[in-house]
Amino acid sequence: MLDRTAALNGGVLSGPRTPYGPPGAVERLAAALPGRLRDALPAEICLGSPWPVRVDVLLDEGTTEADVETWVPAVSAHGDALDLAVRGGRVVGMRGRAGDRVNHGRLDPQERQGWRHVGQDRPGRLTRPLVREHGRLVETTWDAAMERVVARSLELLAGPGGWGRIGFHTGGRLFLEECYTLAVIGWAGIGTPHLDGDTRLSAAAAAAALMESFGTDGPPGSYGDVDHCDALALWGCGQSGGSGQGVQHVLWERVLDRRLGPGPPALIVVGPEGTPAAREADVHLAVRRGTNVALMNGLLHELIANGWYDEAYVANHTAGFEELCLTVDAYPAKRAAEICGVPVSLIEQAAEILGAAERLVSVVAGGFHLAWQATAATCQVGNVHLLRGMLGHPGAGILHAGGPSSARGALETGAAGGLPGLRNWANPRHVRELAALWNVDLPRRGPATHAMRIFRYAEEGSIGLLWISAADPVRSLPGAGRILRRKDLFVVVQDLFLTETARLADVVLPAAGWGEKAGTVTGGDRTVHICDRAVEPPGEARPDLDIFLDYARRMDFRDRDGAPLVGWYDARSAFEAWQACSKGRPCDYTGITYERLRRGGGVQWPCTPSSSHGTERLYAGGRFNTGPDVCQTYGHDLVTGAEHGAEPHQGARPGARQNRAAGHHDRAFLPAADHEPSQEAEAPLDGASLNGGHLNGGSPNGTHLNGAHLDVLNGSADGAVDGAMDGAMDGVMDGVMDGALVVTGWDPVARQPLLAPALVRVVPRAAETGGDYSVASPLDLTASHPA
Amino acid sequence: MRMHLAHYLGLLHRSQHELADALCAVRRAHPDEPDLIGVCERLAEQCGDNARRLEPFVRRYSAQLSEEPERMHSALFSGARRGRLGLLRDLHDLYLLATQCEISWTLIAQAAEGVGDEELVDAVRHCGAATAAHLLWLRTLMRQIAPQTLIVAS
Repeated sequence: MLDRTAALNGGVLSGPRTPYGPPGAVERLAAALPGRLRDALPAEICLGSPWPVRVDVLLDEGTTEADVETWVPAVSAHGDALDLAVRGGRVVGMRGRAGDRVNHGRLDPQERQGWRHVGQDRPGRLTRPLVREHGRLVETTWDAAMERVVARSLELLAGPGGWGRIGFHTGGRLFLEECYTLAVIGWAGIGTPHLDGDTRLSAAAAAAALMESFGTDGPPGSYGDVDHCDALALWGCGQSGGSGQGVQHVLWERVLDRRLGPGPPALIVVGPEGTPAAREADVHLAVRRGTNVALMNGLLHELIANGWYDEAYVANHTAGFEELCLTVDAYPAKRAAEICGVPVSLIEQAAEILGAAERLVSVVAGGFHLAWQATAATCQVGNVHLLRGMLGHPGAGILHAGGPSSARGALETGAAGGLPGLRNWANPRHVRELAALWNVDLPRRGPATHAMRIFRYAEEGSIGLLWISAADPVRSLPGAGRILRRKDLFVVVQDLFLTETARLADVVLPAAGWGEKAGTVTGGDRTVHICDRAVEPPGEARPDLDIFLDYARRMDFRDRDGAPLVGWYDARSAFEAWQACSKGRPCDYTGITYERLRRGGGVQWPCTPSSSHGTERLYAGGRFNTGPDVCQTYGHDLVTGAEHGAEPHQGARPGARQNRAAGHHDRAFLPAADHEPSQEAEAPLDGASLNGGHLNGGSPNGTHLNGAHLDVLNGSADGAVDGAMDGAMDGVMDGVMDGALVVTGWDPVARQPLLAPALVRVVPRAAETGGDYSVASPLDLTASHPA
Repeated sequence: MRMHLAHYLGLLHRSQHELADALCAVRRAHPDEPDLIGVCERLAEQCGDNARRLEPFVRRYSAQLSEEPERMHSALFSGARRGRLGLLRDLHDLYLLATQCEISWTLIAQAAEGVGDEELVDAVRHCGAATAAHLLWLRTLMRQIAPQTLIVAS
């Protein structure tokens, strides 16, 4: 019980537990009301969350709150509101924001680590632009560096299909304003569909599943649902607290507090043994790798066979029930248990909890998002909620954990494989809306290109300029190192540190980190927070937004009337431009202003100017965004990823006929999927030993090996690992290393590669062709956060 | 009494096998294409299943087999190509092969209803849907890569 009362997280002790119980029935009714009706309620009805406030303060040693000169509003990589403590032009710590709806003052105990570099002009931090001269990166001026990028861009644009020769890859550090600005530069300025980023490796399956089921992206639930729920399911949960497979630390604390208080929710956990979540669970399902869909189908089978579903909700608000029944018919609990390698009684118990819950919250995490049949399995979680009518009311919601901090911003603004404002490329009206907004012609050249294909085009030489901001694909994307070394590929890297990727660049642009620039971040339950500038960036480093604006100005992008295409000049005006783009879309930001965010803390989209609150839960009343004029996609075949057109949307897509026949366009779909055996499951990678670290106990990320040639020991890799690790190392070492990534599968709907760490043999090699630029410690290079 | 239905069943059976082989050949020829990972193998498997499902019907109707007509079958795929344009052209070939399967399923469905063979109607409904998904996938992928392949210099 020790870890329940003193939540150990990576050895760091967090604050005392604050157990609490669910709000009363009256409060629950009040919470279900739309914002403006809630304002009219008598004040004695508690409108806030009953989760006690606990303000965590993380100050550097020797500093007290009295020493702090100013507190600057900011947000953590996981979406927790905080204030940065500033003293003498330096960040000396932080304090959780008590009144914020997401964290109620709490912080991840390791939060301080992520902000170490803010404003620090220390070795390792990039402070001047670099350009490659005779194979070496040398310091230069901003003018010289930007002119190089512009000259190369113009040269490529001048050729046939020049728009298709420039691609962008983004990562976690970009704010929403920066993502939107980049999206406008890409889609409208250059006209390229090649915009994607790290979201493809982490958040793509969640987004794809939400689109398939509900019509558009956007997590339907709210963190506040944890207060109300009587059952909670963590799907694919690994170690809690910030790791890629886990659930955000603060969310996990909220769950634990509910579990310790009166009337605790039942807890189902799907994930490996030995995690805090697994120990805490009432029902823990340690399913075999690659069998999530079989498990979900088994659970759905039990719900349907026992009549534990809301017939009225299914009949009135969903489409595709018959097809779903046909599919899950083949997965009685016994068969599912055999496939998944778990006792049948556990599946039955889990189904009983899901079937009996009055208020069910699901949190889907990396164990589902980053696994075999990721989109299909995630859709089945949506199906559980749709069958039970568990959406859109207090305590009933779906949340998604994981992904880079800016994932939502990138996905919503069109910088990550979609059109801005959750629009549908296949819908001519949506494209016309954007063309009108930007006052440009938008030729329909094709849908957004996914990250793996962008790098593939670069490898083939059809992309000639790849601009990587805030990401380190050499470390995250198999083969990237090999591709970025191509002589004919011009690589621009914009980052805080000289990352492995930056070492291969032709131009390196020093960027400002969080705390050194202003902007907004949208969190896991659609809460928008502002993150202000606390200190100046070191040296000549600039906010990413300023770099993009500078590029747009130098490229002289114009609209149809000859006015500048990018008419904004700072974070606030960029946000206003984004508001106009989001207007009328499911992610409407028009009521969320900088003033409001600074005054009142986080606000959830959609929020229009007339509403006094954001929208806590999507899809209240069972109305979804699946109508052909609203939806972000007309749907995919879950096996192949084949895209349905507008016409099949009305007819051939399973369930779509029902949607039309009933005269409704706003039913949710119940996408059915069969379990597909994966190679992974047949010859499993040994996940436990891979993550444990074989090299002197070092963590995979901390292991640096110099110019090494790697042989894959694990049979499932096919040379991809060679590219992934090529040139990605800084020390010299013999032996076996872990942490190298290999592609083990492909999710055709989310267009997401499934990556697994693999054991690789390291053989030192003489030649190193990467960039030479000396820095003090190679470890500093990868410590970029929030990234 | 002679029926030509068996010839069409035979044609479809052969076409499904050809499509399966072609999918595997294209996958092998373009090992670094992310969108093909796993999907080609999966579709080839489905084609094999479809062909297997046809076999009892081929046998059932072969009793009434008429003489093999001339040029009943013509090859639509003669090996995979390399490179970006090669990939698009290969997918184009697969599309034609899948179209041949699709129209064959349609015609056989009509014939099956005509002779009142409920089992065959059922098989066609199931397998025809898989073939329709194959066509849709090929179309999706071709439309994704066509602009870059045809317009953008490299």
